[in-house]
Amino acid sequence: MKNHPKIITLETTQELKGVPYMSKEVPKILKPAPDPGMPPGPTRRVKPRGLLEKETAKVAIKQAFITLRPDLQWNNPVMFVVEIGAILTFLYIIEAALGGSESQVPISYFISLDAWLFLTVLFANFATALAEARGKAQAESLRKARHDTIAYRLNQTGEIQEVSSTALRPGDRVVVKAGQTIPGDGEIVKGIASVDESAITGESAPVIREAGGDRSGVTGGTVLLSDSVVVEITSETGESFLDRMIALVEGAIRQRSPNEIALTLVLSAFTLIFLIVVIPLWPMAWNAEQYMMTYLGLRAPLKSLGTDIPTLIALLVCLIPTTIGALLAAIGIAGMDRALQANIIAKSGKAVELAGDIDVVLLDKTGTITIGNRNATTFMPIGKYSASDVGHFAAMASSADATPEGKSIVNLFESQNSVPANVPPAANFIPFTAQTRMSGIDLPDGRRIRKGAPDAVIQFVQANGGSVPRELGELVNRVASQGATPLLVAEENSIVGLVVLEDILKPHMSERFERLRRMGLRTVMITGDNPLTAATIAKRAGVDDFLAEATPETKLAYIKKEQTGGKLVAMMGDGTNDAPALAQADIALAMNAGTQAAKEAANMVDLDSDPTKLIEVVEIGKQLLVTRGSLTTFSIANDVAKYFAIIPALFAGTLPWLKIIDIMHLHSPTSAILSAVIFNALIIPALIPVALKGVRYRPLGADALLRRNMLVWGLGGVVLPFIGIKLIDVVMVSLHLVS
Amino acid sequence: MMFLQVWLLPIALLATATILAFPLSRYTAWIMDGKYRPLPVFRWFEKRLDSGPQNWKQYAGSLLLFNTLMFVFSFLVLALQPWMPLNPDGKTLLAPSTIFHSVISFMTNTDLQHYSGEQHLSNFSQIFFGIFNLFFSAAIGFSALSAIIRALRSDSSLGNFFLDMWRVVVYMFVPLAFVIGLIFITQGSPMTLQTSHAVSTLEPGAMGTRDTGEIKKQNIALGPVAAFESIKMLGTNGGGFYGMNSAHPFENPTGLSNFFNTLAMMIFPFALVLMYGRMLGRFKHSLVVFTVMLVLMTGTVVWSICFDTLKPNPGIAGQSTERNYEIPSATSPGKVTVTLPAVASLPVDQHLGNLEGREMRFGTSAGATFAALTTDVTCGAVNAEADSLNPIAALSPMTGMWLNCIFGGKGVGMINMLMFVIIGIFIAGQMVGRTPEYLGKKIGAREVKYAMLAVLVHPVMILMPTGLFAATSWGLQAISNPGAHGLSQILYQFSSASANNGSAFDGLGVTYGFWNAAHPGPSAAAFDIATGLTMVFSRFIPIIAPIALAASLGAKRSSPFGLGTLRDDSFTFGFLLFGTVVIIGALLFLPVAALGPVAEHLGPIPFGG
Repeated sequence: MKNHPKIITLETTQELKGVPYMSKEVPKILKPAPDPGMPPGPTRRVKPRGLLEKETAKVAIKQAFITLRPDLQWNNPVMFVVEIGAILTFLYIIEAALGGSESQVPISYFISLDAWLFLTVLFANFATALAEARGKAQAESLRKARHDTIAYRLNQTGEIQEVSSTALRPGDRVVVKAGQTIPGDGEIVKGIASVDESAITGESAPVIREAGGDRSGVTGGTVLLSDSVVVEITSETGESFLDRMIALVEGAIRQRSPNEIALTLVLSAFTLIFLIVVIPLWPMAWNAEQYMMTYLGLRAPLKSLGTDIPTLIALLVCLIPTTIGALLAAIGIAGMDRALQANIIAKSGKAVELAGDIDVVLLDKTGTITIGNRNATTFMPIGKYSASDVGHFAAMASSADATPEGKSIVNLFESQNSVPANVPPAANFIPFTAQTRMSGIDLPDGRRIRKGAPDAVIQFVQANGGSVPRELGELVNRVASQGATPLLVAEENSIVGLVVLEDILKPHMSERFERLRRMGLRTVMITGDNPLTAATIAKRAGVDDFLAEATPETKLAYIKKEQTGGKLVAMMGDGTNDAPALAQADIALAMNAGTQAAKEAANMVDLDSDPTKLIEVVEIGKQLLVTRGSLTTFSIANDVAKYFAIIPALFAGTLPWLKIIDIMHLHSPTSAILSAVIFNALIIPALIPVALKGVRYRPLGADALLRRNMLVWGLGGVVLPFIGIKLIDVVMVSLHLVS
Repeated sequence: MMFLQVWLLPIALLATATILAFPLSRYTAWIMDGKYRPLPVFRWFEKRLDSGPQNWKQYAGSLLLFNTLMFVFSFLVLALQPWMPLNPDGKTLLAPSTIFHSVISFMTNTDLQHYSGEQHLSNFSQIFFGIFNLFFSAAIGFSALSAIIRALRSDSSLGNFFLDMWRVVVYMFVPLAFVIGLIFITQGSPMTLQTSHAVSTLEPGAMGTRDTGEIKKQNIALGPVAAFESIKMLGTNGGGFYGMNSAHPFENPTGLSNFFNTLAMMIFPFALVLMYGRMLGRFKHSLVVFTVMLVLMTGTVVWSICFDTLKPNPGIAGQSTERNYEIPSATSPGKVTVTLPAVASLPVDQHLGNLEGREMRFGTSAGATFAALTTDVTCGAVNAEADSLNPIAALSPMTGMWLNCIFGGKGVGMINMLMFVIIGIFIAGQMVGRTPEYLGKKIGAREVKYAMLAVLVHPVMILMPTGLFAATSWGLQAISNPGAHGLSQILYQFSSASANNGSAFDGLGVTYGFWNAAHPGPSAAAFDIATGLTMVFSRFIPIIAPIALAASLGAKRSSPFGLGTLRDDSFTFGFLLFGTVVIIGALLFLPVAALGPVAEHLGPIPFGG
């Protein structure tokens, strides 16, 4: 137990080098094996909440008003311009009410215009506030797990001292017993226990955490269910994992990713461009008014809405990309939120966004592609022995072996022969060691039965003066080339036969890889198996490539090689020896159960410790970008229809023949402008669900996806406002709301 | 027959220019990549000129320095005109504002002329101000594009500006201009240092008589026209030797010379798009861009021909029915009815379309074709009166200038299109679910900033001054027709200046003439200065910002193409680019289009006449 960390490293490398199976000290509690029949899918810690929960909506509405403060509104340049426009219109109304300016349109037009301008800003603020509130609600549920507890700190002298969990410093060791809450993030240095992590993962089934190895990490706020362990605290108070998670969820609002910053720049530039389009309209409209006055021989100029400041403000608001400007922040926050709902904590919004760009995904074979353990499937006899002999010897050798492989041998024998594998009581078990790479049993009659790696067993037989049948080598190779692992069983100086251990592929994995392929990603399986076995499993699972006999060094080299080709690499890891590769990878997802080193090196942590999560991370990243692109395209495409509504309305007073452009046949100039402004405002709340849920990413290949999205959001963005504006106009006319 | 009469010329032009673009782009790429072996005498010059590899700041700095020197030199030539040789007619000094305007205009490859060559310039000025600028200003955009390509493909340096200029001028412009000049001479263009030739008119006294009773002879202005004309077209300069530009029988004597005139301005803009792809190693991508440009160009040509050559002049056709419009009254509640009376048509045969201001020796559609092409490729030469285009047909040349990337000027057209590529990919490209990439390089905040800056300048420099001049006496005094047409004139002037085009909706009184002119254009000085500034900003910001953008993009790590990456050589990409150009263009200029050409087209007849 004391040397455990070293042993673990050894075991890990041994396993990577292809040793068929190993025997470990038997854990008292076993994590329930995953049901192979279940389709892989994450357990949701927080159920996707309804879009408008009463509480969150209330908070969001309040926040929407608070954000009207110009210094806060400034964070969103597009909406800031709308707010300034709304305020200017308000001042204009006051001036008009005091008789300061005269216009051919009634003041009610200005008032409703201004009301809708303010509503546009409020809708935008509400969208952001709603996303924030949902994020905060998530954070709140996390925070509940983080309250002060009593910690039992071990002194240098070995005495136990009661302290508050907030007093713990990194390096402190605490004792945690069954039923107690783990006081802080750390690693188990002594003992093994089952832990209830449902507070952070939502998964009610307990998980095993043990000292040393790759499953030593524990999180503050989780509860020990059995046994007792010594935990070394690794984080400062307030910097624990949960703290950082909460800060992150709340900070997502302020922290903009590079792509979001660039998009904000584009939107600001578009705002500026439309300001440039709208400002010169006033003198140009004035020019037309003056001319028409002389043309028609009038004494006063024919006023049009083109020289009406509030109408020009309305035009500006309609043109600038308010839709995406309003929803941009919400999209970003919702992206983080979706990651969180999948129980993934990204260390930054940038990481989530980057996940969409991944080209290569490195997946561990064990646990990701195959169900963690190999199963015995066949007993192959050699020479004089029968298959049931092989089974019997192998089962006896495995009877004390509690590893899943060992158990599967016993199970296979018992199911094939319908008799229990009886072991003489005086038999002596020989446990597996990394040196011998065999385990076995010494029977009371002196016979020594061994099973293990082929080369080790052959050595054993030869050492006892036995010979090796010629066909053995071929048989071993055949089994290996089928992707299975051969175990040799020997009785003293003769080879009895082979136990074929096969990897069991997780169900539905090949569909997932196909999906990744259509997303343009290359999947690479990492395994410690020999190339022959690896190739077969890779083929069966449907991955694009594999890295056999992988060591931490070869993994790192592989990532670097891909990166020099300009590719972005994602990988998942849990062990300390994964840390260099995790640090090198562009997206590194560490399992929460993994070591602290792995978690530090990664830029995302999966609370479920589910190795298939990488796929979801990539999809969330892509969805985020697709949503942003779609809504931006939609927002800009919308302007075309607004022009057709507003331009004829602007000049109807002076150049009535421009009415031909009004292909929507809107009721009147004022109703046309109001309809456009109302559409512009209403489209924001209408799209909040899209912003929060995200536009679905479809793995169709870039070209097909682009065509599809351009059709839906580009062409749709051109067409929809024609219908919407006309509809609003018709409704307003039928309700006698406009003159 | 009628069909061929109208469409043969545009089809032949587009087809010839497209076919020529393939070999010419191979040649230009070969030259700009420095794969040629210069003659020893040329090598001697190149060694002197090559100041070493430059980064983007050095390249842009050299470009600006060279332009400054061009400005000083050209300014001196014009300012010292009365004292310079080759001036037997004693042409005196141009108005200072006109000198400022002309120098900038020629330096920026705009060649908007607020003077009339044969009246105001000596042959010395035509050569050392005119031809000098025609060669060098044309080479600047070309060089800038080469530098941008090198930056995009992550070369160690952007090349050397001075060496690039040398290559463009010596290995491309000089030989081609020589050949085309010879063609013009065979067609009848003069090539002489003589300034004028006196002839007796067929009808005695057609030019009037002197006080002494002596019959006046006609003085025909001459000069090195063929040399001027060839590089004027090849370099998409457009500034004419004569005020009448390519409509003048010495600049463009025959139908054949008109074909070569038009073709000459198209070949480099066409070829440079393909050169972009060849030098980048992404030829298919450039073919897609080329196709998008060709579709847009076809659109503008078809538009102007359909509404000009195939439609009668509305001023002559009149208006058959009375039209009534109700408009809200400004003074009292209720509505006022405005009646537009029917206007009888004039007894003029209109079956050949609108022929006002057309040169019939080129054919009926030559004017409309030329108007569309010259603005698409930002040449700005004219072979017909743009002001006389049917109102709605005038949208075609305006669109060419507004978009400014339908092939565009040599180099700068492709550079402008590159900005649309970047913006299009950035906005719509995200819809494939990756951070937008161009040539495998991620487009970030920095690149987007430069692209938006380059795109922003153009509408600012068109719309703001148009608005200012439309509402002040500067504009109102200068226009020949009030109302929508007058607005179009102002709008066209600033569009032309900002697009560095140089063509003009004539009729705008912008000519000041000599400094002591008796009746200068009332707001000529205001137009000189305003368009002069417009040209400077609209020239250099959209060249420098893209160079910076390319340098920033080129410094990035390049990721390989995959199934998830947006392809830049597909039909989908072409559609994306087309949509980006058309939608952004429409959003920027629809309102002014409605107030100018559209209002005039839909309005009463005569409207603004």
